[in-house]
Amino acid sequence: MVQERTVPVFSPTATTISREDGLTIYEDMVLGRSFEDKCAEMYYRGKMFGFVHLYNGQEAVSSGVIKSMRSDDFVCSTYRDHVHALSAGVPANQVMAELFGKETGCSKGRGGSMHLFSQEHNLLGGFAFVAEGIPVAAGATYQTKYRREVMGDESADQVTACFFGDGASNNGQFFECLNMAALWKLPIIFVVENNKWAIGMAHERATSQPEVFKKATVFNMAGVEVDGMDVLAVRAEAQEAIARARAGEGPTLIEALTYRFRGHSLADPDELRPKHEKDDWFSRDPIEKLADHLTAHNLATAEELKAIAQRIQATVTESVEFAQSSPEPKPEDLYRFVFAEDV
Amino acid sequence: MAETLLFNALREALDEEMARDQAVYVIGEDVGHYGGSYKVTKGLYEKYGDMRVKDTPIAENSFTGIAVGSAMTGLRPIIEGMNMGFLLLAFNQIANNAGMLRYTSGGNFKIPMVIRGPGGVGRQLGAEHSQRLEAYFQGVPGLKLVACSTPYNAKGLLKAAIRDDNPVLFFEHVLLYNLKENLPESEYLCRLDKAEVVREGKDVTLLTYSRMRHHCVQAAKTLEKEGYDPEIIDLISLKPLDFETIGASVRKTHRVVIVEECMKSGGVGAELTASINDRLFDELDAPVVRLASQDIPTPYNGLLESLTIVQPQVIVDTVKDMMALQV
Ligand SMILES: Cc1ncc(C[n+]2csc(CCOP(=O)(O)OP(=O)(O)O)c2C)c(N)n1
Ligand SMILES: [Mg+2]
Repeated sequence: MVQERTVPVFSPTATTISREDGLTIYEDMVLGRSFEDKCAEMYYRGKMFGFVHLYNGQEAVSSGVIKSMRSDDFVCSTYRDHVHALSAGVPANQVMAELFGKETGCSKGRGGSMHLFSQEHNLLGGFAFVAEGIPVAAGATYQTKYRREVMGDESADQVTACFFGDGASNNGQFFECLNMAALWKLPIIFVVENNKWAIGMAHERATSQPEVFKKATVFNMAGVEVDGMDVLAVRAEAQEAIARARAGEGPTLIEALTYRFRGHSLADPDELRPKHEKDDWFSRDPIEKLADHLTAHNLATAEELKAIAQRIQATVTESVEFAQSSPEPKPEDLYRFVFAEDV
Repeated sequence: MAETLLFNALREALDEEMARDQAVYVIGEDVGHYGGSYKVTKGLYEKYGDMRVKDTPIAENSFTGIAVGSAMTGLRPIIEGMNMGFLLLAFNQIANNAGMLRYTSGGNFKIPMVIRGPGGVGRQLGAEHSQRLEAYFQGVPGLKLVACSTPYNAKGLLKAAIRDDNPVLFFEHVLLYNLKENLPESEYLCRLDKAEVVREGKDVTLLTYSRMRHHCVQAAKTLEKEGYDPEIIDLISLKPLDFETIGASVRKTHRVVIVEECMKSGGVGAELTASINDRLFDELDAPVVRLASQDIPTPYNGLLESLTIVQPQVIVDTVKDMMALQV
């Protein structure tokens, strides 16, 4: 058995986060968790199809990074994208409707679970092939820099957060884009969600250097590791990286050590991960950790948190009703959107 | 009128479009300081600077993805494939993201980009630098495929491709860069979706594109002397195909010979043949004949290489055989 990595310790104080921000983040994490649980239920009831990858356990990464960004910043995700989309502000109704393949979905039912997009919310995707979103995210940042430097647009200081897994960090597009992003000082944050597994491939069996954040240094780029089960720790690193990118000082590689609480996808029997490993990580639930912080520092009461969870549950239930009652795409629209002329 | 070489016509197109629209930029290997492997971008770096004429590391899949991401967010990138064959390394970004993303996103994003560069079978460049890529890419939904063949259409088509809101794969041929032609002084554009009637005739329709257009013209000169009257159509758009122009010609000649440099299996000619049979079968007086290049890696040896692609004499013989077949 490979030794678990020692996680950097983050010691928050009563002033690390305000009550307001704390509750916003808590709500976002609970939304992520409840939404995914509902997806599992709907999948097993035959309401959604295809490969559905849930995010349970990793909520601190999405909420910690995206909730530290502005609404005009960009987010780029993978096939495990429901919760990134929700954190980016895509309404639960639109995400659920997309999973049901409905016309009201954020990709109008043409994309599905692995292809969530929203121009309105600057969500670049939803990329189903491992690592292919990384260059696209870098391209969005090239655009920001270009707008500022070539077109003289002073307001072009947007940052792009690009999420991907430990498995993706062994792909050429990762290295190629670290190089170009550092070379050209692109305002991008590479967020590696190291959940230790790429389907059935254990991280240590796939890389000669399991400490992914260290790969930043050879590209002359800032690289940090962070406890991905601690949203306040993630948030602190994200804030620093965002400030760096916004100031034109270039990219950051954040490696968040995290874990998925479910199988790779809902079709995965999840037979390889040892029980003690799972139990160990289950005991570090990121939502409970934030709840403990909020209550311990009198930022919120247990009752308030419970009320939030109930409200979110209602939102998620409603999203299913919305999805169910939404129309299917029209057959005569089969070819719509192949070309730009179709709007 | 100014006599212009084809590669300069392409540069004029880039220059004019970059001057016209600040969102237009060029990205690729050696496009900046070096001026492009065939000097198509020469001088543009000096004029437009580093961000607008971006020299990249040798990372085709990633810089293509960067172009896609920038196009999704409002820029109009033009990728130069140093040799179009290198874009095999970028197949994923071209197919999944440039080609399909608009559809999978339900119309959320458009991807206005041009992917252009030298390709085709040159003079003994060896298999990897003598690729015939049209067939590989024609199956990708959402991509437009355009092939230029003269300085005039190279310039007008490239300008139109840059202004098009779709991803356009723009094929140039290494052996056509030094063609010369008098170009108009005033601005013009060519339609991306319109085939060009190169020579009107009544006996047989030769459907061709890129360098093979010139082989057809050469063959037509011989045929003319022997009393034949072929019509030559340069497809220009390999996808979608201009069936208005093709149909009008077939209804006139009732005979079709396809002349392409693409490989025969699953090539542009294969698609054309099937589509002609679908749409125009009743008009045909003879089966469609496909003259394509051989299904082999392009050999280095000069003799073998010339046997790999269609030669003018083969076109002449094929037309004569077809005309001998009386209905
Ligand atoms: C190019 C490509 N190859 C293979 C796959 C199949 N695949 C889907 S997810 C996955 C593992 C990715 O693991 P990781 O990057 O760690 O992300 P995680 O699933 O753990 O979030 C693989 C191999 C794919 N989607 N794309
Ligand atoms: Mg993983």
